[in-house]
Amino acid sequence: MRTFGLPEFLFILQAAQWTIALSLIAFAGGAIGGLVIALARTSGNRTAQLLSGGFIQIFQGTPLLLQLFLVFFGAPVLGFDINPWLAAGVALVLNSSAFLGEIWRGCIQAVPAGQTEAAHALNLSYSARLRDVVLPQAFKIALAPTVGYMVQIIKGTSLAAIIGFAEITRAGQIINNATFQPLIVFSVVAAIYFVLCWPLSLLAARMERRHAAALSR
Amino acid sequence: MNYTFQFGDVFAAWPLLLRGTWNTIELSLLAMLFGLLLAIACAWGKTAGPRPLRFVINAYIELIRNTPFLVQLFFFFFALPVLGLRWSAYTAALTAMVINLGAYATEIIRAGIESIPKGQIEAGLALNLKRHEIFRFVILKPALKAIYPALTSQFILLMLSSAVVSAISADDLTSVAANLQSQTFRSFEIYIVVAGIYLLLALAFSALFRLIYRTSLNYPDRR
Repeated sequence: MRTFGLPEFLFILQAAQWTIALSLIAFAGGAIGGLVIALARTSGNRTAQLLSGGFIQIFQGTPLLLQLFLVFFGAPVLGFDINPWLAAGVALVLNSSAFLGEIWRGCIQAVPAGQTEAAHALNLSYSARLRDVVLPQAFKIALAPTVGYMVQIIKGTSLAAIIGFAEITRAGQIINNATFQPLIVFSVVAAIYFVLCWPLSLLAARMERRHAAALSR
Repeated sequence: MNYTFQFGDVFAAWPLLLRGTWNTIELSLLAMLFGLLLAIACAWGKTAGPRPLRFVINAYIELIRNTPFLVQLFFFFFALPVLGLRWSAYTAALTAMVINLGAYATEIIRAGIESIPKGQIEAGLALNLKRHEIFRFVILKPALKAIYPALTSQFILLMLSSAVVSAISADDLTSVAANLQSQTFRSFEIYIVVAGIYLLLALAFSALFRLIYRTSLNYPDRR
Protein backbone atom coordinates (compact mmCIF):
# COMPACT_ATOMS: atom_id res chain seq x y z
CA MET A 1 0.00 0.00 0.00
CA ARG A 2 1.19 3.51 -0.74
CA THR A 3 1.85 5.97 2.02
CA PHE A 4 1.36 9.67 1.71
CA GLY A 5 4.59 11.26 0.59
CA LEU A 6 5.92 13.94 -1.71
CA PRO A 7 4.64 12.35 -4.99
CA GLU A 8 1.13 12.12 -3.54
CA PHE A 9 1.31 15.72 -2.38
CA LEU A 10 2.51 16.85 -5.80
CA PHE A 11 -0.31 14.89 -7.47
CA ILE A 12 -2.89 16.86 -5.49
CA LEU A 13 -1.02 20.13 -5.95
CA GLN A 14 -0.90 19.60 -9.72
CA ALA A 15 -4.65 19.13 -9.78
CA ALA A 16 -4.89 22.71 -8.48
CA GLN A 17 -4.21 23.93 -12.03
CA TRP A 18 -7.53 22.39 -13.10
CA THR A 19 -9.34 24.00 -10.18
CA ILE A 20 -7.83 27.35 -11.17
CA ALA A 21 -8.60 26.85 -14.88
CA LEU A 22 -12.20 25.90 -14.14
CA SER A 23 -12.58 28.87 -11.77
CA LEU A 24 -11.26 31.27 -14.41
CA ILE A 25 -13.66 29.89 -17.03
CA ALA A 26 -16.57 30.12 -14.59
CA PHE A 27 -15.63 33.69 -13.69
CA ALA A 28 -15.05 34.90 -17.25
CA GLY A 29 -18.26 33.29 -18.55
CA GLY A 30 -20.17 34.29 -15.44
CA ALA A 31 -19.02 37.89 -15.81
CA ILE A 32 -20.39 38.11 -19.35
CA GLY A 33 -23.63 36.34 -18.44
CA GLY A 34 -23.89 38.29 -15.19
CA LEU A 35 -23.57 41.64 -16.97
CA VAL A 36 -26.33 40.68 -19.41
CA ILE A 37 -28.55 39.54 -16.53
CA ALA A 38 -27.85 42.65 -14.45
CA LEU A 39 -28.57 44.96 -17.41
CA ALA A 40 -31.74 43.04 -18.26
CA ARG A 41 -32.92 43.27 -14.65
CA THR A 42 -32.40 47.03 -14.54
CA SER A 43 -33.48 47.76 -18.12
CA GLY A 44 -37.11 48.69 -17.49
CA ASN A 45 -38.19 46.29 -20.24
CA ARG A 46 -40.79 43.95 -18.71
CA THR A 47 -39.95 40.90 -20.83
CA ALA A 48 -36.24 41.24 -20.16
CA GLN A 49 -36.91 41.68 -16.44
CA LEU A 50 -39.16 38.63 -16.30
CA LEU A 51 -36.75 36.41 -18.19
CA SER A 52 -33.70 37.45 -16.19
CA GLY A 53 -35.67 37.27 -12.93
CA GLY A 54 -36.77 33.73 -13.79
CA PHE A 55 -33.21 32.74 -14.66
CA ILE A 56 -31.96 34.02 -11.31
CA GLN A 57 -34.80 32.34 -9.40
CA ILE A 58 -34.07 28.98 -11.02
CA PHE A 59 -30.30 29.07 -10.60
CA GLN A 60 -30.36 30.51 -7.08
CA GLY A 61 -33.24 28.27 -6.01
CA THR A 62 -31.73 24.91 -6.96
CA PRO A 63 -28.50 23.29 -5.75
CA LEU A 64 -25.38 23.79 -7.88
CA LEU A 65 -24.84 20.02 -7.72
CA LEU A 66 -28.22 19.39 -9.41
CA GLN A 67 -27.41 21.96 -12.09
CA LEU A 68 -24.17 20.09 -12.70
CA PHE A 69 -26.05 16.77 -12.95
CA LEU A 70 -28.65 18.25 -15.30
CA VAL A 71 -25.99 19.53 -17.69
CA PHE A 72 -23.94 16.34 -17.44
CA PHE A 73 -26.87 13.94 -17.91
CA GLY A 74 -29.06 16.26 -19.93
CA ALA A 75 -26.64 17.19 -22.71
CA PRO A 76 -26.50 13.65 -24.19
CA VAL A 77 -30.32 13.61 -24.17
CA LEU A 78 -30.36 16.80 -26.22
CA GLY A 79 -27.83 15.25 -28.60
CA PHE A 80 -24.62 16.89 -27.41
CA ASP A 81 -21.44 15.00 -26.69
CA ILE A 82 -20.25 16.00 -23.26
CA ASN A 83 -17.38 15.31 -20.88
CA PRO A 84 -16.94 16.31 -17.22
CA TRP A 85 -14.80 19.31 -18.26
CA LEU A 86 -17.49 20.81 -20.44
CA ALA A 87 -20.34 19.94 -18.10
CA ALA A 88 -18.60 21.53 -15.12
CA GLY A 89 -17.72 24.60 -17.17
CA VAL A 90 -21.24 25.13 -18.51
CA ALA A 91 -22.95 24.54 -15.14
CA LEU A 92 -20.56 26.85 -13.29
CA VAL A 93 -20.88 29.59 -15.93
CA LEU A 94 -24.69 29.49 -15.73
CA ASN A 95 -24.64 29.44 -11.94
CA SER A 96 -22.18 32.32 -11.57
CA SER A 97 -24.09 34.31 -14.23
CA ALA A 98 -27.13 34.18 -11.95
CA PHE A 99 -25.24 35.11 -8.76
CA LEU A 100 -23.04 37.81 -10.35
CA GLY A 101 -26.10 39.14 -12.17
CA GLU A 102 -27.93 39.56 -8.87
CA ILE A 103 -24.89 41.11 -7.15
CA TRP A 104 -24.31 43.58 -9.99
CA ARG A 105 -28.00 44.45 -10.24
CA GLY A 106 -27.72 45.66 -6.65
CA CYS A 107 -24.60 47.66 -7.52
CA ILE A 108 -26.24 49.29 -10.55
CA GLN A 109 -29.28 50.21 -8.48
CA ALA A 110 -27.02 51.62 -5.76
CA VAL A 111 -25.89 54.36 -8.17
CA PRO A 112 -28.12 57.33 -7.27
CA ALA A 113 -31.09 57.76 -9.64
CA GLY A 114 -30.14 61.42 -10.05
CA GLN A 115 -27.11 60.31 -12.09
CA THR A 116 -29.31 58.58 -14.66
CA GLU A 117 -31.73 61.49 -14.66
CA ALA A 118 -28.91 63.96 -15.26
CA ALA A 119 -27.61 61.79 -18.11
CA HIS A 120 -31.14 61.78 -19.54
CA ALA A 121 -31.28 65.55 -19.27
CA LEU A 122 -28.01 65.77 -21.21
CA ASN A 123 -29.68 63.67 -23.93
CA LEU A 124 -27.15 60.84 -23.65
CA SER A 125 -28.14 57.63 -25.41
CA TYR A 126 -28.81 54.39 -23.47
CA SER A 127 -25.34 53.03 -24.23
CA ALA A 128 -23.60 56.30 -23.34
CA ARG A 129 -25.59 56.53 -20.09
CA LEU A 130 -24.42 53.04 -19.13
CA ARG A 131 -20.86 53.32 -20.39
CA ASP A 132 -20.01 56.81 -19.21
CA VAL A 133 -22.26 57.39 -16.22
CA VAL A 134 -23.78 54.38 -14.50
CA LEU A 135 -21.38 51.46 -15.01
CA PRO A 136 -18.14 53.22 -13.94
CA GLN A 137 -19.79 54.15 -10.63
CA ALA A 138 -21.39 50.73 -10.23
CA PHE A 139 -17.99 49.15 -10.92
CA LYS A 140 -16.49 50.77 -7.85
CA ILE A 141 -19.31 49.48 -5.67
CA ALA A 142 -19.14 46.04 -7.27
CA LEU A 143 -15.42 45.44 -6.80
CA ALA A 144 -15.41 44.11 -3.23
CA PRO A 145 -18.44 41.78 -3.51
CA THR A 146 -17.17 40.47 -6.86
CA VAL A 147 -13.79 39.51 -5.41
CA GLY A 148 -15.69 37.93 -2.51
CA TYR A 149 -17.78 35.93 -4.95
CA MET A 150 -14.64 34.59 -6.65
CA VAL A 151 -14.01 32.66 -3.44
CA GLN A 152 -17.45 31.06 -3.85
CA ILE A 153 -16.60 30.09 -7.43
CA ILE A 154 -13.33 28.40 -6.41
CA LYS A 155 -15.16 26.46 -3.69
CA GLY A 156 -17.96 25.61 -6.11
CA THR A 157 -15.53 23.94 -8.53
CA SER A 158 -15.02 21.21 -5.91
CA LEU A 159 -18.44 19.80 -6.87
CA ALA A 160 -17.03 18.87 -10.29
CA ALA A 161 -15.24 16.07 -8.39
CA ILE A 162 -18.62 14.31 -8.02
CA ILE A 163 -19.00 13.91 -11.79
CA GLY A 164 -15.38 12.76 -12.05
CA PHE A 165 -13.51 15.91 -13.06
CA ALA A 166 -9.96 15.57 -11.71
CA GLU A 167 -9.52 18.80 -9.77
CA ILE A 168 -8.16 19.13 -6.21
CA THR A 169 -10.97 17.33 -4.38
CA ARG A 170 -11.09 14.45 -6.88
CA ALA A 171 -7.29 14.14 -6.73
CA GLY A 172 -7.63 13.96 -2.94
CA GLN A 173 -10.21 11.17 -3.23
CA ILE A 174 -7.96 9.23 -5.60
CA ILE A 175 -4.96 9.53 -3.27
CA ASN A 176 -7.13 8.67 -0.27
CA ASN A 177 -8.31 5.48 -1.99
CA ALA A 178 -4.69 4.51 -2.60
CA THR A 179 -3.22 5.40 0.79
CA PHE A 180 -6.12 5.16 3.30
CA GLN A 181 -4.77 8.19 5.11
CA PRO A 182 -7.82 10.46 4.97
CA LEU A 183 -6.71 12.70 7.82
CA ILE A 184 -3.58 13.92 6.09
CA VAL A 185 -5.03 13.77 2.56
CA PHE A 186 -8.09 15.90 3.26
CA SER A 187 -6.06 18.26 5.46
CA VAL A 188 -3.76 18.85 2.50
CA VAL A 189 -6.74 19.30 0.17
CA ALA A 190 -8.32 21.79 2.54
CA ALA A 191 -4.99 23.61 2.95
CA ILE A 192 -4.60 24.06 -0.83
CA TYR A 193 -8.10 25.52 -1.10
CA PHE A 194 -7.35 27.76 1.85
CA VAL A 195 -4.19 29.07 0.19
CA LEU A 196 -6.19 29.83 -2.96
CA CYS A 197 -9.16 31.44 -1.24
CA TRP A 198 -7.84 33.27 1.80
CA PRO A 199 -5.88 35.98 -0.06
CA LEU A 200 -9.00 36.75 -2.09
CA SER A 201 -11.11 36.92 1.08
CA LEU A 202 -8.62 39.30 2.68
CA LEU A 203 -8.52 41.43 -0.48
CA ALA A 204 -12.33 41.59 -0.58
CA ALA A 205 -12.50 42.62 3.08
CA ARG A 206 -9.83 45.28 2.52
CA MET A 207 -11.62 46.68 -0.53
CA GLU A 208 -14.85 46.80 1.43
CA ARG A 209 -13.21 48.75 4.26
CA ARG A 210 -11.62 51.18 1.83
CA HIS A 211 -14.87 51.68 0.02
CA ALA A 212 -16.72 52.28 3.29
CA ALA A 213 -14.02 54.75 4.35
CA ALA A 214 -14.30 56.56 1.01
CA LEU A 215 -18.05 56.92 1.48
CA SER A 216 -17.89 58.16 5.06
CA ARG A 217 -15.63 61.07 4.13
CA MET B 1 -33.57 15.37 -30.74
CA ASN B 2 -35.17 11.94 -30.72
CA TYR B 3 -35.52 11.30 -27.03
CA THR B 4 -38.78 10.38 -25.38
CA PHE B 5 -39.13 11.66 -21.88
CA GLN B 6 -40.38 8.97 -19.55
CA PHE B 7 -41.37 10.29 -16.17
CA GLY B 8 -43.24 7.07 -15.25
CA ASP B 9 -40.36 5.47 -13.35
CA VAL B 10 -39.70 8.71 -11.51
CA PHE B 11 -43.26 9.24 -10.33
CA ALA B 12 -43.62 5.54 -9.47
CA ALA B 13 -40.87 6.08 -6.92
CA TRP B 14 -42.74 8.90 -5.14
CA PRO B 15 -42.56 7.30 -1.67
CA LEU B 16 -38.76 7.27 -1.93
CA LEU B 17 -38.67 10.85 -3.20
CA LEU B 18 -40.98 11.94 -0.38
CA ARG B 19 -38.75 10.23 2.17
CA GLY B 20 -35.67 11.91 0.67
CA THR B 21 -37.42 15.29 0.65
CA TRP B 22 -38.34 14.87 4.31
CA ASN B 23 -34.74 13.89 5.17
CA THR B 24 -33.45 17.01 3.43
CA ILE B 25 -35.98 19.17 5.32
CA GLU B 26 -35.08 17.52 8.62
CA LEU B 27 -31.32 17.86 8.04
CA SER B 28 -31.73 21.50 7.05
CA LEU B 29 -33.97 22.43 9.99
CA LEU B 30 -31.69 20.72 12.52
CA ALA B 31 -28.61 22.33 10.97
CA MET B 32 -30.31 25.76 11.02
CA LEU B 33 -31.24 25.36 14.70
CA PHE B 34 -27.86 24.11 15.94
CA GLY B 35 -25.94 26.31 13.51
CA LEU B 36 -27.80 29.39 14.78
CA LEU B 37 -27.05 28.49 18.41
CA LEU B 38 -23.37 27.90 17.58
CA ALA B 39 -23.24 31.20 15.69
CA ILE B 40 -24.84 33.15 18.54
CA ALA B 41 -22.30 31.70 20.97
CA CYS B 42 -19.41 32.49 18.62
CA ALA B 43 -20.70 35.99 17.85
CA TRP B 44 -20.94 36.66 21.57
CA GLY B 45 -17.40 35.30 22.05
CA LYS B 46 -16.12 37.40 19.20
CA THR B 47 -17.62 40.67 20.42
CA ALA B 48 -17.25 40.25 24.20
CA GLY B 49 -14.86 37.35 24.81
CA PRO B 50 -11.18 37.42 25.87
CA ARG B 51 -8.44 37.70 23.22
CA PRO B 52 -7.47 34.00 22.92
CA LEU B 53 -11.13 33.03 22.46
CA ARG B 54 -11.54 35.70 19.78
CA PHE B 55 -8.46 34.32 18.01
CA VAL B 56 -9.84 30.75 18.04
CA ILE B 57 -13.24 31.88 16.75
CA ASN B 58 -11.62 33.93 13.97
CA ALA B 59 -9.46 30.98 12.92
CA TYR B 60 -12.57 28.75 12.81
CA ILE B 61 -14.48 31.25 10.68
CA GLU B 62 -11.63 31.80 8.20
CA LEU B 63 -10.91 28.08 7.91
CA ILE B 64 -14.53 27.17 7.16
CA ARG B 65 -15.27 30.09 4.86
CA ASN B 66 -12.20 29.49 2.71
CA THR B 67 -12.58 25.75 2.08
CA PRO B 68 -15.33 23.96 0.12
CA PHE B 69 -18.22 22.34 1.96
CA LEU B 70 -17.54 19.07 0.12
CA VAL B 71 -14.01 18.90 1.52
CA GLN B 72 -15.29 19.65 5.03
CA LEU B 73 -17.81 16.85 4.59
CA PHE B 74 -15.11 14.39 3.48
CA PHE B 75 -12.99 15.48 6.41
CA PHE B 76 -15.78 14.77 8.91
CA PHE B 77 -16.87 11.52 7.28
CA PHE B 78 -13.54 9.95 6.27
CA ALA B 79 -10.84 11.61 8.37
CA LEU B 80 -12.38 11.91 11.84
CA PRO B 81 -13.23 8.17 12.15
CA VAL B 82 -9.48 7.55 11.88
CA LEU B 83 -9.16 9.39 15.19
CA GLY B 84 -11.63 6.93 16.71
CA LEU B 85 -14.90 8.76 16.13
CA ARG B 86 -17.51 6.35 14.78
CA TRP B 87 -20.55 7.92 13.24
CA SER B 88 -23.10 7.46 10.49
CA ALA B 89 -23.18 9.36 7.23
CA TYR B 90 -26.26 11.20 8.52
CA THR B 91 -24.57 12.43 11.71
CA ALA B 92 -21.39 13.34 9.83
CA ALA B 93 -23.47 15.29 7.30
CA LEU B 94 -25.43 17.11 10.00
CA THR B 95 -22.25 17.98 11.90
CA ALA B 96 -20.57 19.30 8.76
CA MET B 97 -23.65 21.43 7.98
CA VAL B 98 -23.81 22.85 11.53
CA ILE B 99 -20.09 23.69 11.58
CA ASN B 100 -20.32 25.23 8.10
CA LEU B 101 -23.40 27.33 8.79
CA GLY B 102 -22.01 28.36 12.19
CA ALA B 103 -19.03 30.10 10.57
CA TYR B 104 -21.08 32.07 8.03
CA ALA B 105 -23.84 32.95 10.49
CA THR B 106 -21.35 34.13 13.14
CA GLU B 107 -20.13 36.88 10.83
CA ILE B 108 -23.70 37.88 9.96
CA ILE B 109 -24.83 38.00 13.60
CA ARG B 110 -21.66 39.84 14.67
CA ALA B 111 -22.48 42.55 12.12
CA GLY B 112 -25.97 42.73 13.65
CA ILE B 113 -24.60 43.00 17.19
CA GLU B 114 -22.21 45.76 16.16
CA SER B 115 -25.10 47.71 14.64
CA ILE B 116 -26.75 48.06 18.07
CA PRO B 117 -26.20 51.63 19.34
CA LYS B 118 -24.16 51.84 22.54
CA GLY B 119 -26.84 53.99 24.17
CA GLN B 120 -29.26 51.09 23.96
CA ILE B 121 -26.91 48.88 25.99
CA GLU B 122 -26.33 51.70 28.48
CA ALA B 123 -30.08 52.06 28.80
CA GLY B 124 -30.23 48.36 29.63
CA LEU B 125 -27.55 48.84 32.29
CA ALA B 126 -29.46 51.80 33.70
CA LEU B 127 -32.51 49.58 34.07
CA ASN B 128 -30.35 47.25 36.17
CA LEU B 129 -30.67 44.33 33.74
CA LYS B 130 -28.17 41.51 34.23
CA ARG B 131 -25.45 40.90 31.64
CA HIS B 132 -27.21 37.92 30.07
CA GLU B 133 -30.53 39.75 30.07
CA ILE B 134 -28.95 42.67 28.23
CA PHE B 135 -27.44 40.28 25.68
CA ARG B 136 -30.69 38.37 25.25
CA PHE B 137 -33.20 41.23 25.07
CA VAL B 138 -31.29 44.43 24.31
CA ILE B 139 -28.62 43.15 21.92
CA LEU B 140 -29.57 39.82 20.37
CA LYS B 141 -33.19 40.33 19.42
CA PRO B 142 -32.77 43.69 17.62
CA ALA B 143 -29.51 42.35 16.11
CA LEU B 144 -31.34 39.34 14.68
CA LYS B 145 -34.02 41.63 13.34
CA ALA B 146 -31.44 43.86 11.65
CA ILE B 147 -29.69 40.99 9.87
CA TYR B 148 -32.76 38.79 9.35
CA PRO B 149 -32.71 38.89 5.49
CA ALA B 150 -28.99 38.00 5.31
CA LEU B 151 -29.39 35.23 7.88
CA THR B 152 -32.38 33.61 6.21
CA SER B 153 -30.80 33.68 2.76
CA GLN B 154 -27.79 31.95 4.32
CA PHE B 155 -30.22 29.35 5.70
CA ILE B 156 -31.65 28.74 2.23
CA LEU B 157 -28.15 28.48 0.75
CA LEU B 158 -27.42 25.87 3.39
CA MET B 159 -30.53 23.89 2.47
CA LEU B 160 -29.47 23.94 -1.18
CA SER B 161 -25.87 23.03 -0.46
CA SER B 162 -27.12 20.07 1.58
CA ALA B 163 -27.48 18.30 -1.80
CA VAL B 164 -23.71 17.81 -1.53
CA VAL B 165 -24.12 15.38 1.39
CA SER B 166 -25.31 12.84 -1.19
CA ALA B 167 -21.58 12.40 -1.92
CA ILE B 168 -21.40 10.37 1.31
CA SER B 169 -24.89 8.83 0.77
CA ALA B 170 -26.53 10.53 3.72
CA ASP B 171 -30.07 9.54 2.56
CA ASP B 172 -31.05 13.05 1.53
CA LEU B 173 -33.12 13.92 -1.55
CA THR B 174 -30.13 13.94 -3.92
CA SER B 175 -28.95 10.54 -2.62
CA VAL B 176 -32.39 9.13 -3.38
CA ALA B 177 -32.17 10.66 -6.86
CA ALA B 178 -28.73 9.14 -7.44
CA ASN B 179 -29.99 5.70 -6.37
CA LEU B 180 -33.04 5.95 -8.60
CA GLN B 181 -30.80 7.05 -11.43
CA SER B 182 -28.65 3.96 -11.16
CA GLN B 183 -31.73 1.71 -11.09
CA THR B 184 -33.80 3.24 -13.88
CA PHE B 185 -31.24 5.13 -16.01
CA ARG B 186 -33.79 7.94 -16.32
CA SER B 187 -31.19 10.43 -15.03
CA PHE B 188 -32.38 13.55 -16.85
CA GLU B 189 -36.03 13.09 -15.84
CA ILE B 190 -35.09 12.32 -12.23
CA TYR B 191 -32.81 15.32 -11.84
CA ILE B 192 -35.38 17.66 -13.41
CA VAL B 193 -38.01 16.51 -10.93
CA VAL B 194 -35.62 16.70 -8.00
CA ALA B 195 -34.37 20.17 -9.02
CA GLY B 196 -38.05 21.19 -9.10
CA ILE B 197 -38.52 19.84 -5.56
CA TYR B 198 -35.52 21.87 -4.35
CA LEU B 199 -36.95 24.99 -5.99
CA LEU B 200 -40.26 24.42 -4.17
CA LEU B 201 -38.38 23.82 -0.91
CA ALA B 202 -36.45 27.09 -1.35
CA LEU B 203 -39.73 28.97 -1.95
CA ALA B 204 -41.39 27.22 1.01
CA PHE B 205 -38.51 28.06 3.35
CA SER B 206 -38.51 31.70 2.33
CA ALA B 207 -42.29 31.83 2.89
CA LEU B 208 -41.76 30.26 6.33
CA PHE B 209 -39.09 32.83 7.20
CA ARG B 210 -41.38 35.69 6.13
CA LEU B 211 -44.11 34.25 8.37
CA ILE B 212 -41.72 34.02 11.32
CA TYR B 213 -40.69 37.63 10.74
CA ARG B 214 -44.28 38.85 10.64
CA THR B 215 -45.28 36.96 13.78
CA SER B 216 -42.30 37.57 16.03
CA LEU B 217 -39.98 40.29 14.77
CA ASN B 218 -42.34 42.76 13.15
CA TYR B 219 -42.33 45.39 15.89
CA PRO B 220 -41.77 49.08 15.17
CA ASP B 221 -38.29 50.46 15.74
CA ARG B 222 -36.58 53.75 15.08
CA ARG B 223 -34.53 52.64 12.10
